[in-house]
Amino acid sequence: MLTVMLRRRQGDFLLDIAFEAPTPGVIALFGRSGCGKTTVVDLIGGLRRADAGRIEVGGATLLDTARGIAIPAERRRVGYVFQDGRLFPHLNVRGNLDYGRRRARGGVQYVGFDEVVALLGLEALLRRRTHQLSGGEKQRVALARALLAQPRLLLLDEPLAALDQARREEVLPYLERLRDELAVPMLLVTHDYDEVLRLATHVVLMDGGRVLAQGPPAQLSLAPQLRAIVGPEAIGAVLEGQVVAIDAASGLARVAVGSGTLSVESDGLATGQRLRLQLLARDLILATGPPHGLSVRNALAGSVTAIEADGAHAALVHVAAGGTAIIVRVTAQAASELALRSGLPVWVLVKAVTLRTHVYHARAR
Amino acid sequence: MPLLNDMEREALLLSLGVALRSVLWSLPPAIGVAWLLTRRRVPGRLLLDAAVHLPLVLPPVVVGYLLLLLFGVRGPVGAWLDAQFGIRLVFTTAGAALATAVMTFPLMVRAIRIALEGVDRGLEDAARALGAGPLDRFFSVTLPLMLPGVLAGAITAFAAALGEFGAVITFVGNVPGETRTLPLALYAVLQSPGGDAAAARLATLSLLLGVGGLLLAELLARALRRRLGR
Repeated sequence: MLTVMLRRRQGDFLLDIAFEAPTPGVIALFGRSGCGKTTVVDLIGGLRRADAGRIEVGGATLLDTARGIAIPAERRRVGYVFQDGRLFPHLNVRGNLDYGRRRARGGVQYVGFDEVVALLGLEALLRRRTHQLSGGEKQRVALARALLAQPRLLLLDEPLAALDQARREEVLPYLERLRDELAVPMLLVTHDYDEVLRLATHVVLMDGGRVLAQGPPAQLSLAPQLRAIVGPEAIGAVLEGQVVAIDAASGLARVAVGSGTLSVESDGLATGQRLRLQLLARDLILATGPPHGLSVRNALAGSVTAIEADGAHAALVHVAAGGTAIIVRVTAQAASELALRSGLPVWVLVKAVTLRTHVYHARAR
Repeated sequence: MPLLNDMEREALLLSLGVALRSVLWSLPPAIGVAWLLTRRRVPGRLLLDAAVHLPLVLPPVVVGYLLLLLFGVRGPVGAWLDAQFGIRLVFTTAGAALATAVMTFPLMVRAIRIALEGVDRGLEDAARALGAGPLDRFFSVTLPLMLPGVLAGAITAFAAALGEFGAVITFVGNVPGETRTLPLALYAVLQSPGGDAAAARLATLSLLLGVGGLLLAELLARALRRRLGR
């Protein structure tokens, strides 16, 4: 468990947050730039001082101002991967990795040198000097360096933000591997919702120095507070599912979600894989009768649970279907023509090709 | 015919010895003072800054005279050193090195300060998060990163030390084999009739040393910066 309660005033800005998240896993600190995310990780890492607060990781107290406990940063055993990597330029890659390893405290070893080097694909880079590395390689080295200091918590401050899209895609799989194969809890700071959906096991939504909402990504996807942060285009339910069958002929995979199934494009998927599906509200269609003669692959039967206005000309319709909650965005005109109301039976139509999937294979522990 | 005569060789070796000692002695305190001036908000920072730069603006003779007052056989520090350790600075090579160190101290502190200001504090934070305490961070990250500047400063100070005259002759006199460095030897031959040729040779020697020192400083700094990938 990671417990964080922090207060810090900086000029006009007041940071006042509290959250608790299960570990191990990836806890995403998600919010717009300037909402105080980096301050939070600096406070957890001990690089800045809190006015008041308490930080506990897996039973160890790093800070408790009420009891006068404030472990200095160098003894917190909290790893920190910075946006800009911050590799030591006077050391080569191996020297950077050894830096943290030699200073590992507490006699606990979660991860070995060879394991980390293999996990992050650094074998060929060990003798390089840091200025000969690409941006993505630098971040992988920074990750390895932090892990080898045997941290009880790894802080990742927008580790991908300084990278272009291609480099980002190169580093993301490594982060997924660390999440799925190591037991080190990670706190990921990001302003990118896709990163959250791809990596996070728990989300803490921040704005203006406060926590707006928190929970698993699927649960948080329905929270109204999320909408202003991600923007109207990204509103939509996130569902957890598992691939039950792959049909090579049609190129579709059947994914069990709640008590029903959904068809998605099977590219890169394998039977048994756990998935996270993002059903964007604007991509979904509502029908008041069972659909016939349509190209759409998925029709989930359910009923309307609530309708809320979304601006002057649109509505967000909440639907319960097969044990899952879904949000559909329709025009206000359609809502009135279909006479949508709470309790009305409806079918939610989902095109297989519009479903955004994030493979997610958290190892059973 | 040998390149240098005995007098010239003696003065040259003495100059190099004095300059080397003065640099080695002033390096640690210069790093300490540069640290205080850049990283700490100590009270009296401005005063310390002014004191460090004093030798740059004072006539060297005044510095020599102040040293004589402090470190002379009857001066407070000089008397104590003599009584406790039997160390005498006046008329000795060690005294010449001390005078030179004081005179070149501002140069050294300036170079180190600039180097220290150029060190990315973020790297020190990174070291901290990896478990390095304050001293450990300084020696494993800060110092290696400022090394190019420190070396350049040390070599510049060394070159300047070779030419120090006023403070040395005031504090420790002009004793052949003890304190008669190149500039002092040059002064001595100029005082004697018919010393023009000897003076020209000593002046040329000083010039070559100075230029060589500055070139070496630049080359070393470049090589180190390349190593750091900058």
